[in-house]
Amino acid sequence: MDNDHFEPTIIGFTCNWCSYRASDLAGTARMKYAPNVRLIRLMCSGRLDPTFVLRALSAGADGVMITGCHPGECHYIEQNYKALRRYLLLKRVLSGLGIEPERVKLVWASAAEGARFASETTLFVEEVRKLGPLNWGKDSDQLSVISDQSDNWSLITDNSSEEVPA
Amino acid sequence: MTQRISIDPITRLEGHGKIEIFLDDQGNVSNSYFQIPELRGFERFCVGRPIEEMPLLTNRICGVCPEAHHMAASKAADMVYKVDPPRTAKMLRELLYSAFYCTDHTTHFYALGGPDFVMGPDAPVAERNILGVIHKVGLEIGGKVIQMRKVGHTVVEMLGGRKVHPCTSIPGGMTKGITEEQRKEIEEMGRWAIDFAQFSLKIFDDIVLGNKAYVDLILGDIYTHRTYYMGLVDENHKVNFYDGKVRVVDPNGKEFIKYAPKEYAEHIAEHVEPWTYLKFPYLKKIGWKGFVDGEDSGVYMATPLSRLNASDGMATPRAQEEYERFYATLGGKPVHQRLATHWARLVELLYAAERWVELATDPDITSPNVHTKPTQIPTEGIGIVEAPRGTLTHHYWTDERGIVTKVNLIVGTTNNYAPIQMSTHKAATSLIKNGVVNEGLLNMVEMAFRAYDPCFGCATHSLPGQMPLEITIRGADGNPVNVLKQFC
Amino acid sequence: MNPKPKFAMYWAASCGGCEIAVLNTHEKILDVDANFDIVFWPVAMDAKYKDVEAMEDDSILLTLFNGGIRNDENERLAKLLRRKSKILVAFGSCACEGCIPGLANLSPVGDIVYTAFNTITTDNPNEIYPRTTVDVPEGELHIPTLSKVVRPLEQVVDVDYFMPGCPPESHQIAAVIDLVIDVIKGKAELPPKGSVIAVGNSTVCDECPRTRNVKMIKEFKRIQDIAPADPTLCILEQGVPCNGPATRSGCNARCPQVGAQCIGCYGPAEGVIDYGARLITAFASVIDANTPKEIEHILDGIPDPTGQVYRFNLAGSLMKATKSAWEKA
Ligand code: SF4
Ligand code: SF4
Ligand code: SF4
Ligand code: FES
Repeated sequence: MDNDHFEPTIIGFTCNWCSYRASDLAGTARMKYAPNVRLIRLMCSGRLDPTFVLRALSAGADGVMITGCHPGECHYIEQNYKALRRYLLLKRVLSGLGIEPERVKLVWASAAEGARFASETTLFVEEVRKLGPLNWGKDSDQLSVISDQSDNWSLITDNSSEEVPA
Repeated sequence: MTQRISIDPITRLEGHGKIEIFLDDQGNVSNSYFQIPELRGFERFCVGRPIEEMPLLTNRICGVCPEAHHMAASKAADMVYKVDPPRTAKMLRELLYSAFYCTDHTTHFYALGGPDFVMGPDAPVAERNILGVIHKVGLEIGGKVIQMRKVGHTVVEMLGGRKVHPCTSIPGGMTKGITEEQRKEIEEMGRWAIDFAQFSLKIFDDIVLGNKAYVDLILGDIYTHRTYYMGLVDENHKVNFYDGKVRVVDPNGKEFIKYAPKEYAEHIAEHVEPWTYLKFPYLKKIGWKGFVDGEDSGVYMATPLSRLNASDGMATPRAQEEYERFYATLGGKPVHQRLATHWARLVELLYAAERWVELATDPDITSPNVHTKPTQIPTEGIGIVEAPRGTLTHHYWTDERGIVTKVNLIVGTTNNYAPIQMSTHKAATSLIKNGVVNEGLLNMVEMAFRAYDPCFGCATHSLPGQMPLEITIRGADGNPVNVLKQFC
Repeated sequence: MNPKPKFAMYWAASCGGCEIAVLNTHEKILDVDANFDIVFWPVAMDAKYKDVEAMEDDSILLTLFNGGIRNDENERLAKLLRRKSKILVAFGSCACEGCIPGLANLSPVGDIVYTAFNTITTDNPNEIYPRTTVDVPEGELHIPTLSKVVRPLEQVVDVDYFMPGCPPESHQIAAVIDLVIDVIKGKAELPPKGSVIAVGNSTVCDECPRTRNVKMIKEFKRIQDIAPADPTLCILEQGVPCNGPATRSGCNARCPQVGAQCIGCYGPAEGVIDYGARLITAFASVIDANTPKEIEHILDGIPDPTGQVYRFNLAGSLMKATKSAWEKA
C-alpha cells in the first residue's frame, strides 16, 4: 500500500485530568486534528499498563499515543513518572520485537493545551503514516490466533475507580 | 525394482529420527539414511542475549544432560571474561557434574542399554525394560537404582539449585557455596555411590561376562568399527569429564592430536547433508570421506568407550583397576567393539563416584570463596566438557558489553552421528540378504543404536536410546509385506 | 472391575527435561502404573502413532503433553492427541508458553536454518540446507517442515489444564498424579477447565524468603557483578533484574534461594495477561529517576530488554513473535 493513502489506526490513552480535557478543548474549539485517534480515558497516565499498548498493537493498531499531565502536575503526585519509566522500557522491548519505537508516543499536555494536543496528535499521525501499517495479527496462518475471548476493549476502559497501580 | 525400508524410531509421523534403507535389484542394501527431523536454532536465538544467560538458556537444549550444557557454557563465559574462578568454585562445578554423571550412567545402564544384557537379547520385548530388569535381578536392586538416581539428583539440586536445569554456575564461578552439613551429606551419598558402582560392575561380571554368548556378541564383527576416538584428558592423560585437553587417538590407539579447547576449530569440521537437520562432525586434518571407517576417514567417535580408548587410564584407584581389567579382558587398546561401551560406562560410573567423594572431602570445598568478579572486557570464549554422550563444545563471541554476537555449538551426540549412521548401515547390510530380511534386524539395529546412547534431545529432543523402532518392508508395489516393531 | 483409565504422555519439540521431571517423582511412577493403563508414553513403553490413531476418540482419560509446536509433525500429533483425550494437559513451559525454544520467534525461521548451517566449523561451500523433500540416488527422502514460529499447545488445540515450569517441580507432578487418582476414585473433583494446576496463585516474590525493603535503584547490575549476592536481600533490589514479581509461584523461589535471579520459568502469575508487560511495570517501579535522560541511563543496565522480559514467554505473549519472524518465510 502507498503510505500516503494509508489511514493509520491509533489508540490514545489519555489521563482524565489534563490531557483528556486538552483533547476536549481541542474538540470544542474545533481545532483541526487528525481523526485517526480513538481515545481511551484513564484516570491517570500512571494507570497505563504496558499490557494496554501491547493489546492495541497486537489487535491491529498502527500506533499508540499516551498522554498525561506535565511532570509535577499529576493529580496522583508521582504517577506520571511511573508512566514515563514504563514507557521508556516498553519502547526498548518493542524495538526488540521489530516494532519501530516511534509507533508509541508519550505526550504531556495540560488541560489548557488544546492546541498542543491537536498539533502533537496530527504530527504523530503523520509519523505513523510514514512508517506504514503495522499489520500485527493480520497474518492469517501462523499467528491468526491473535485474540482470545477476554480480548476486548471494555477490559481496558473499565477503570472507573480511581485506583492507580503501584 | 527398488525396495525401501523405513525404520521410524517413533513412527514416521512423530519422527524424532528415522532410518530409510533402500534395497537394490538383488534385494541387498544399496544405501541407508539415518535422518534427524528437528532443528531448534539455539545458535541463532542465543545471539543478542547476555553471556551470563548462556548457562541457563543452553540448558534447555537437553533436559537429559542440562548439567553438561550448564558447565560448558559457564566455562566458555569464564573465558569470555578471561576470569579464573576460585578453586572451590571449580570443584563445586565438578562435584555437581560427577553426581550428575552417576545418575545419568545409571539411568542408561539399567533402564536403557543394560536390559539387552541383563535380560538377554532374546528376551521378549515386553521384558526388556527397567521393570523386567527389576523382576530378574530382584526388587532390592531396583530399589538401589532408584536410590542412585535420587541421591545424584539430590546433589545436583543442592549445588545447582534445581534437579533439572541447574542455575548456579555463572561467569567467574558459582552463586553460592556449601555448608559443612551439606558437605557431610554429599560425602555420605558419594560413598554410597561408590558401593553402587562396584555392585553394578559385579552384576555386569556375573550376567554378561559370565555368559559366553554375550561375550561373543560383544566381540562380534557386526558392531565393530575402526574409527578415531575422542575424549577429554587431564595433564596425565587420565579421563576427565570437567576439564582438560581433547585427545584423539587413531584406530591403532596412537595419539593423533591433542588440542586445548580454544583450538577446536582447527581440528573439527562439520559436514552437511540436505536430508537431515543434523550435521556430521569429522576430523578436519583428514577430511570428510563419507560414512566409512579406517585411518583415512575423518569419522571419529566420542562415547564412554572412546574416552577410555583416548586416555591412558582413570585418575582414581578403583576405576583404574577396572580400566586395566577392561582392556585385559577385551584384548588390549583400543577396543573397537561398540557394545563394550556399556562396560566402559560402568568404569566411568565408578570413576565419577570416586571423584565425587574426593571432591566432597577436599578441605577447600566448603570455602565461601566461590566467585571471582570479572573485570576484563568480554570478547570470546570456548568451553569444553565431556557430556556423557560425547565431547561438548560451546563457543561464544560477544561485544564489549558481553552481549552474544555469535555462537557455535558442537553437541555430545552430534559427534557420533556419522558412526551411528555407519553402525546402523552395517547392521542392515549384514542382516538383509537377497531380499530376505532377518527378523533380528530390528533388534540388532536398536542395539547398535543403544551402544552410542544417542541423545537426540541434544540434537533434537528424544531421550537417549528410548526410541521405539519400526521397520516397514515394502514390496515392489510399495505395499508393506512385513512390519517389525519393537521398543528400544 | 472396570478397566483402568488410560494415560498418555507425549513430547513434541521438547528437551526431555519434562520427562526426566516425571521420572524424578521416583516411586510415584509406580502409582501411575498401578492406577492407569499407560497406552502411549514413548519414554516408558512401546506404542505407536498408529496405535493411538486406532483408539476411539476421547478414550484416553489423561494426556500430559510437553514440548512446543515447532513443525508440522508436532502439530499433527497435538491434534491427534487432542481428539483421543478427555483431559489434555499442557505440561511444562514449552507447551504452556513456548519456553526458551520459543525465543526462536525473535528471528525468521530462514535465519535460524541459515545460521545453523554457516557456523565456523560447518563445511558448507555449496550452501547446502536441509530440505523437506530430497532426491537421493535411490529415491526420495522426507523430513518435517519447520513452522514459521514456535507455538504453545493452546495456539494449536483446545487445552484443558496448564502445568507450567521448566520443568514442573517433581513434588507438584506428584500432587497432580495424586489428585487425578483421587478423582478416579471419586474422592476429589477436577478443577475448572482452563485452570493452571499444581502451582501457587501468587508470585515467586511471595514465596521468596529474601527481604524487600522497597528500595529504589540507581543502577541495574548483572549477576556476575554482585555474586555471591547478599543472601538475605531481594536480588532485584541488589540491582539484578529478577523476574520474580511477574512469575507464578509454585517452585518455592528456587533460584533466589540459591543466589540466582528468577528467570521466569513458571510463566505469568495469576491474572497476568502479558508477562512482559507486567515485568516492564515491575522493573520500572524500582528505577530511582524522574528525568528521561537519567531513566534511559539506568535502563542501559538491562542490555537485552526483550529477552529479559520474554525469556520463557515470547511465543505465548500478546505479540508472540517479532515482526520479521512472521512476515518472512
Ligand atoms: S518445559 Fe523446559 S524441561 Fe520441559 S521440555 Fe521444555 S525446555 Fe524441557
Ligand atoms: S524480586 Fe526476586 S529476589 Fe526479590 S523478592 Fe522477588 S523473587 Fe525474591
Ligand atoms: S525461581 Fe523462577 S526460574 Fe527459578 S524455578 Fe522458580 S520460577 Fe523457575
Ligand atoms: S493525573 Fe494526569 S498523569 Fe496522573
